[in-house]
Amino acid sequence: MNAFLLFRDRDFDVTAKLPPNHPDLVQDLELSTLFHAMAGEDEFLLEVAKQAVLSGLRNDSDTIRYRQDILRDCLNHAAPVRDMYSIAVEAIDRERKDYFSALSSSPSTMMYRSTDVMQMFVGMLKKLKRIADEHAAHFASEGFTRFFAMLQRELDEEYFARVQQHLKELKFNHGVFISAALGKGNKGADYILRKLPDKRSGWMERLFGAKPREYIFYIPDRDENGFRALSELQNRGINLAANALAQSNDHILSFFKLLRAELAFYIGCLNLQQRLAQKGEPLCFPLPVSADERKHSFHGLYDVCLTLSMEPRVVGNAANADAKQLVVITGANQGGKSTLLRGIGLAQLMMQCGMFVPAESFCAEVCDGLFTHYKREEDATMESGKFDEELKRMSDIVDRLTPNSMLLCNESFVATNEREGSEIARQIVSALLEQGTRIFFVTHLYEFARGIYDQQRRDALFLRAERQPDGTRTFKLMEGEPLQTSYGKDLYGKIFGIASANAQERVDT
Amino acid sequence: MPFHSILFPKTKGRDGADAVDMPECFVDLNLDQIIDAVTAGKQEYNLKPFFYTPLQNLDAIQYRHEIMRALENPVLFDQIKSFANKMRAMREQLAQAAKLFYTYQKQRWVLDAVQTYCDAVQELAENQSSSNLQARGLLAFREYLTEYVNSERFMSLHAEAQTLLDDLSQVRYCVRIKDNSVRVRKYQEEADYSIQVEETFAKFRQGAVKDYRAKFSEGHEMNHVEAQILDRVAQLYPDLFLRLDTFCENHTHFADDIIRTFDREIQFYVAYLEHIARFKRAGLSFCYPRVSDTDKQVCADEAFDLALAYKLLNQNALPVYNDFYLQDPERILVVTGPNQGGKTTFARMFGQLHYLASLGCPVPGNRAQLFLYDKLLTHFEREEKIENLRGKLEDDLVRIHMLVQQATPHSVIILNEIFNSTTLQDAIFLSREILEKIMALDALGVFVTFIDELASLGEKTVSMVSTVMPDNPAVHTFKIVRQPADRLAYALAIADKYRLTYDDLRARLQA
Repeated sequence: MNAFLLFRDRDFDVTAKLPPNHPDLVQDLELSTLFHAMAGEDEFLLEVAKQAVLSGLRNDSDTIRYRQDILRDCLNHAAPVRDMYSIAVEAIDRERKDYFSALSSSPSTMMYRSTDVMQMFVGMLKKLKRIADEHAAHFASEGFTRFFAMLQRELDEEYFARVQQHLKELKFNHGVFISAALGKGNKGADYILRKLPDKRSGWMERLFGAKPREYIFYIPDRDENGFRALSELQNRGINLAANALAQSNDHILSFFKLLRAELAFYIGCLNLQQRLAQKGEPLCFPLPVSADERKHSFHGLYDVCLTLSMEPRVVGNAANADAKQLVVITGANQGGKSTLLRGIGLAQLMMQCGMFVPAESFCAEVCDGLFTHYKREEDATMESGKFDEELKRMSDIVDRLTPNSMLLCNESFVATNEREGSEIARQIVSALLEQGTRIFFVTHLYEFARGIYDQQRRDALFLRAERQPDGTRTFKLMEGEPLQTSYGKDLYGKIFGIASANAQERVDT
Repeated sequence: MPFHSILFPKTKGRDGADAVDMPECFVDLNLDQIIDAVTAGKQEYNLKPFFYTPLQNLDAIQYRHEIMRALENPVLFDQIKSFANKMRAMREQLAQAAKLFYTYQKQRWVLDAVQTYCDAVQELAENQSSSNLQARGLLAFREYLTEYVNSERFMSLHAEAQTLLDDLSQVRYCVRIKDNSVRVRKYQEEADYSIQVEETFAKFRQGAVKDYRAKFSEGHEMNHVEAQILDRVAQLYPDLFLRLDTFCENHTHFADDIIRTFDREIQFYVAYLEHIARFKRAGLSFCYPRVSDTDKQVCADEAFDLALAYKLLNQNALPVYNDFYLQDPERILVVTGPNQGGKTTFARMFGQLHYLASLGCPVPGNRAQLFLYDKLLTHFEREEKIENLRGKLEDDLVRIHMLVQQATPHSVIILNEIFNSTTLQDAIFLSREILEKIMALDALGVFVTFIDELASLGEKTVSMVSTVMPDNPAVHTFKIVRQPADRLAYALAIADKYRLTYDDLRARLQA
């Protein structure tokens, strides 16, 4: 029995290795904000959100669509989905808390525990089965349809009855019946638990006088060693059965654990959806296309992490980078360049793990590697060391680059003068483009941006952060060639205060 | 040829074979270390007496060479190992039987021991019959063995044991435990309940999970409940257990004495071959020496100290080889040269080679011609500090006197740094006296000394010198080579290294 709610044909591995650059992704895309919005205070939801989002880069568009369908069902039927999640959580918690540990106990104590745990699991499975019976018809996705059908098929009444019968027999109210052979030194060996012959056949045997010869002896009441020996013998007999039952419990436990982990991803999505819906932010299911289609276009794309951390709604951006391989983003400082870049990265990750994305529409090719190369202020130790470190990080990225990678550069190569930085950037970007890497490059290296622009490449798109004539920023990015001037003085004005803004107003009036 | 012993061609050769005293030369030559290493892990065979007993005639050495060479064939060697392992298992089974308390249990261990013994003997006989043996000792033993396995007493023992074991292995019974009652009856094909449980829950199986099976202590003892159950099983199968009882009564001493002795004695060869195999794997050579009791022209190529090699092997290092030869009329190797240069090692090696050859064993080296001595006499300077130097000198002299008294023209004598702690004049005088006595005897030997003059005492002495690296005299090569003794060459080289020669000092002082 498998849940298979994240992959059509395999389990979700919460412990799978994440891409080696995942700490960079978390830092540069501020993913913790996203994860916490999905998880709330729940550690487990957090872990699953992190794992599912960061491992999404391995998914193909088929898996993405499989999850999107399931997520649609979840959005439409949140209550039963949350119920199933609670059942899984309860089963796991009770197994751990309500019964003493199974470690290092004798087969008979373990048998005792295992029958109790199994009894509890059976109750939980029945609840799960009831949800399947009630709601299966309303779910449309392939994943849930299969899952409910499996519960209904595997857990029918006849099966529950059979389990109940075993749980009764394993209490051994009629004694333990064991077969054995003569082992080393004629000691008993090969102990095997046997099914007690039915009472009825005993009656038949009595009737025809075929009752087997049997010898009986008794352990005297005060013979403690005798009773100890007897219980060891029983333990040898039930060893395999106790092991089988304990392992079955483990298997059922791991079924619940996987169910919990896989549902946890969707619960996280539901939580995030609630938060964004409350703010009135739009969400859409993205359209993933295969890597060779060279598509990347969006409307109303916003930075989900930014909106989660501030009161007002944030500005959405639109762009059409279909058939483009390089997007160079220039323009005013604090004009929304970094926000757009992060928004693009976040949307890509969310799409790839099967989530909705923060946009009115979003269509992009699936990539198999996402890399971020951001300027790292905090690493500023020595200037030369900093540039060295930047190049080392780039070299690490190049080592890991896959055929369909996406690279997000934010103010890369600024730890040296503009000419050198531009030349380095030009050489690296040119080489990576030839490798097929899709690059989004936020830069104020004018010489670099202008150089590419002047090449008039058909596969390059230039976006520019706008500012109004009055100096305020719209956070809307438009297509536009790189301009020589950054808008640093605007910022200067803002930070250095009201004086200059007032001065502007005075001029206007 | 009737079979006597795999170690001695004739019964009288056995004299002293069970000696327990270590020969006096053992400590000086580090032979004690070698034999400890050779016999390690084989204490049960008590092999040391064999290694304490050098052979006295060439035929006995030849007898062992034949067997040793035959055992260098891995097929035969493995056959003997397999036999030995089974015989050991048999002894352990008998020991176990003696320790146990319940009769049916003891009897089963004895039965198992008989079976193990029969297997061991039968297998060895089958293997031997198909091998192409040349060694006299092995041929004679095979003849004995063939006769034995075909004897009525062996064949009936074997057959009876086998049938009993087969019948016991067929026994199946059931035990039903309820409260304090235990019911025992024959097994009647009742279904395996564990499998039914497993099948019921198979649908949840997800891959590997923890193994919850309890481990039970599988000691050989039985508790009284198990014993009572066994008693009931015996009642369920009365004929079978009666046969077991009779069998054990009839076969209290089932193992043949000559076979048992063979099992012990053949381990002499096994132990030695296993020991030297380690060195061979590391690339060191061993050879069967040509041994003579008349020709004193001894020699060895690429020989080494086996005790030192063992220590080095444990540190993943190899010893330095050395060669030597004596041509008529040469009899004594006088070894001089810088300290820590391998002189003592060389002297030990000379003694070890002769001793190992007299055991009929292969010796370290590529090629060797050695002398079958009557006595191997050694005197090594002891490190211990004695307050009274005169007392020590006196003590040394007494011992060396005794040594010279015992020596004959057929002895091998090894003297290492004797008289080191006395005055130079005394040392020169005494050494010369002793050496001349040995030369007069015409005995073979090695004389390690710091007194260069002794190296050229006469036509019977040969000078050998421990050497250093030509370009770095601080490094010893541990090579001992035939060349005239010259302490000065070494001193000059060291001086040169530290720029303390005359020329060096002039140049340095002028600067």
